[in-house]
Amino acid sequence: MLNLIVRRVAIAIPTLLIILVISFLLMHAAPGGPFTSEKPLPPQVLANIEAKYGLDQPIYKQMINYTVGILTEFDFGPSFKYKDRTVNEIIAQGFPVTMTYGVWSFIVAVFFGIPLGLIAALRQNTKTDYFAVSFSITASVLPNFVMAPLLILVFTLWLGLLPGGGWNDGSWQNLVLPVIALSTSYTAELTRLTRASLLEVLRSNYIRTARAKGLPERTVILRHALKPAMLPVITYLGPMFVGLITGSFIIDSIFSTGGMGYFFVNSALNRDYSVMLGITLLAGGLVVLFNLIVDLAYGWLDPQIRY
Amino acid sequence: MKHCMKAILLATAVGWASGPLLAAGAHPTTGEALADDQIFTYVTVDEHTSVDPQIVEDTTGAAIVRDLFEGLYNQDADGNLVPGVALSHTTNADKTVYTFTLRDNAKWSDGKTVTAGDFEYAWKRLADPETASPYQWFMEVMNIKNAGGVMSGDMPVSELGVKALNDTTLEVTLAGSMSYFPLTTTHGSTFPSPQWVIEAHGTDWIKPENIVSNGAYVLTKHVPNETLERERNPMYWNDAETIMEKVVIKIVNDENVALTRYLAGEFDKTGVPTGQFLKMQKQYPAEVYSNPKLCTYYYSLNMGENGPEALKDKRVRQALSYAIDRDIIVENILQAGQFPAYTFTPGATAGFSVPEVAAATMSQAERDAKAAELLSAAGYDKGNPLAIEILYNTSEGHKKIAIAISQMWKQKLGVEATMQNQEWKTFLSTKGEGNYEVGRAGWCGDYNEASTFLDLVNSKSGYNDSKFSNAEVDQLLADSKTSDNAQPNYTRIEEIIADEVPLISIYHYTSATFLKSSIKGWPHENVEGNWYSRNLYKVAE
Repeated sequence: MLNLIVRRVAIAIPTLLIILVISFLLMHAAPGGPFTSEKPLPPQVLANIEAKYGLDQPIYKQMINYTVGILTEFDFGPSFKYKDRTVNEIIAQGFPVTMTYGVWSFIVAVFFGIPLGLIAALRQNTKTDYFAVSFSITASVLPNFVMAPLLILVFTLWLGLLPGGGWNDGSWQNLVLPVIALSTSYTAELTRLTRASLLEVLRSNYIRTARAKGLPERTVILRHALKPAMLPVITYLGPMFVGLITGSFIIDSIFSTGGMGYFFVNSALNRDYSVMLGITLLAGGLVVLFNLIVDLAYGWLDPQIRY
Repeated sequence: MKHCMKAILLATAVGWASGPLLAAGAHPTTGEALADDQIFTYVTVDEHTSVDPQIVEDTTGAAIVRDLFEGLYNQDADGNLVPGVALSHTTNADKTVYTFTLRDNAKWSDGKTVTAGDFEYAWKRLADPETASPYQWFMEVMNIKNAGGVMSGDMPVSELGVKALNDTTLEVTLAGSMSYFPLTTTHGSTFPSPQWVIEAHGTDWIKPENIVSNGAYVLTKHVPNETLERERNPMYWNDAETIMEKVVIKIVNDENVALTRYLAGEFDKTGVPTGQFLKMQKQYPAEVYSNPKLCTYYYSLNMGENGPEALKDKRVRQALSYAIDRDIIVENILQAGQFPAYTFTPGATAGFSVPEVAAATMSQAERDAKAAELLSAAGYDKGNPLAIEILYNTSEGHKKIAIAISQMWKQKLGVEATMQNQEWKTFLSTKGEGNYEVGRAGWCGDYNEASTFLDLVNSKSGYNDSKFSNAEVDQLLADSKTSDNAQPNYTRIEEIIADEVPLISIYHYTSATFLKSSIKGWPHENVEGNWYSRNLYKVAE
């Protein structure tokens, strides 16, 4: 297992470098730049600004400087758009926010989605099952950009119970609506996935064997069916977790949470090169990390997999 | 210790200042009963880029800067100049040297006196290539002597035409005569900045814990992309007249969500979402406003080398302009009180009276007939239709207008107009490189004087996307800088624009806002949208 971890970390470094190079080139290939504006800057002013941010240098040099900055000082550079802060500051402020609502959404999705899926599969074609299936279909077609304004309309304007946005240092009142809006579709997906997966396992030969041996249904489910049924779910959970904690543009822009999702999308639109690269690398690193965790979980869940 | 002192000072001053006011509970001049909580909360759709006066480049940031800092002059509710740090100014005979007399009681929030030297420092800081300010070019708009040389690094910063003669006298030398120079001093980029704080903290000087400012408010809190708070500055020279204790920005990226939360009582001011003005005005007549704005929406016609051959023919350009029914666009599409535009400079611009260009006096039927006549004279008809492409940046609003215009062109002139939309930065870059035919554009004045618009058709202007070049226009623009009454020149330039049509003015903007009826003192008549929180107050409901 240690071998696997070492090998994965060794692969992670070139992976991240490739992400860096590709993002860097794509970004610079996009038309316009961070300082393109409706009132174009006079050439002299533009030259001064580009010199200040090192954008006057050849691309390979910019890339080397940038990489060296990260490796030696963990410095992701200044934001080109928000001139009063650095990328490190933006991530330090935005990441805890998305992390908080992401983790809560993850918890909600896992604790509602998986049990609902399991119950639905165990009681297939009963009312419970129909409820679970209709919930997961409804929730997965209801996108969060529809959910979020609806929640604000109901809970803020009509009922006056919860603030319609803001973060307020992560107080629970400000967390409720974003977490509901963000977790709903994930809950639905987990319900669907868990149900389908458990149904498939329950029809497999070794379950029939276990039942034929006369094992109590409880043991059949808990000892033999549950673990293998969780494999596809776990595969889904890794990327889902990364997706949740790196933020959602919709949630950030509708609930004004100040999270990273908004900065990520907007940095691309603004050509705020350094912010975009910084967040891309962070997200890339997290994907690598959680894929590793998922792989380790496989080893525990599936006796056929040994590292 | 310093923070501690600041807090105590602030607390005492707020207590001292608000105590009697709240007890009295009435506005000192109007006598209206004041609300107990003098907090003004407003929405901005985007985060400001900076609160550094020499760095800020967006209107959201500029509004914050106007509260935190004070320049030589301020504007009153109608946009007229009123004393700020400067009490008055004198000028020499040919208007090339302006001497400002500063008040001696203006203070920075740390207690230091605001001096002419602080302005000299700030202006040099703005022009210094090292600062790399996106508003560096404003020094050239102001026509400050040697601004160009300093900006390009060819001259030392010390050569810039600004000098503190003593603590209360600031002397500004211009490159040439300019009669409206004082108007430019209300712009945020000309506000003073505290050298000792900037040198101590570098770019972090504008963080709430470090910032020292000389305006009516001090920055107390900033959570990026969520909120910003500023509170009254007890050291401000005119603090006694400030009523609003605290001003809060909430950043809400979605204008519809912002409206829902406004209606739920979370904010005092927000924008009216696009296309909902009429409905909202009916529903909330006391809270919805539409105020004229110094901005023009226009289509630029590419007459440059990459532009289509057809647009080099004046008759084609005129026909395209005549055939656009501005009333339909304003009344049926925009629906927020915008003004149809037949001249480039908005009628709301100070000292500018809209000249009677031919198109403005005709009926639309007459314009249409004229357009058809001009286009066929240019050799285009049903058998040989003119094909043209409209480029706009991706947005529902721009799309609706482009569809309407292409339909008008098609129905009235048989023009085969195609539409091309591009993402914002791509659009800017395509247009900047001159790779377009007809391009959507908008222009807002940097100061309240017609030249901020008309400079756009100067052949040397970097903003002249049409690549229009007319020697008479260039000469008129140069002359109007020195003239005491430039209106005849501006009238002539507008007539030339109406005749040559390097661009098609479509409408002049308005800003549609929701403002709680309890908030008073809002300068609805200020066409530049320059408001100062210290003039606002909240009445008891």
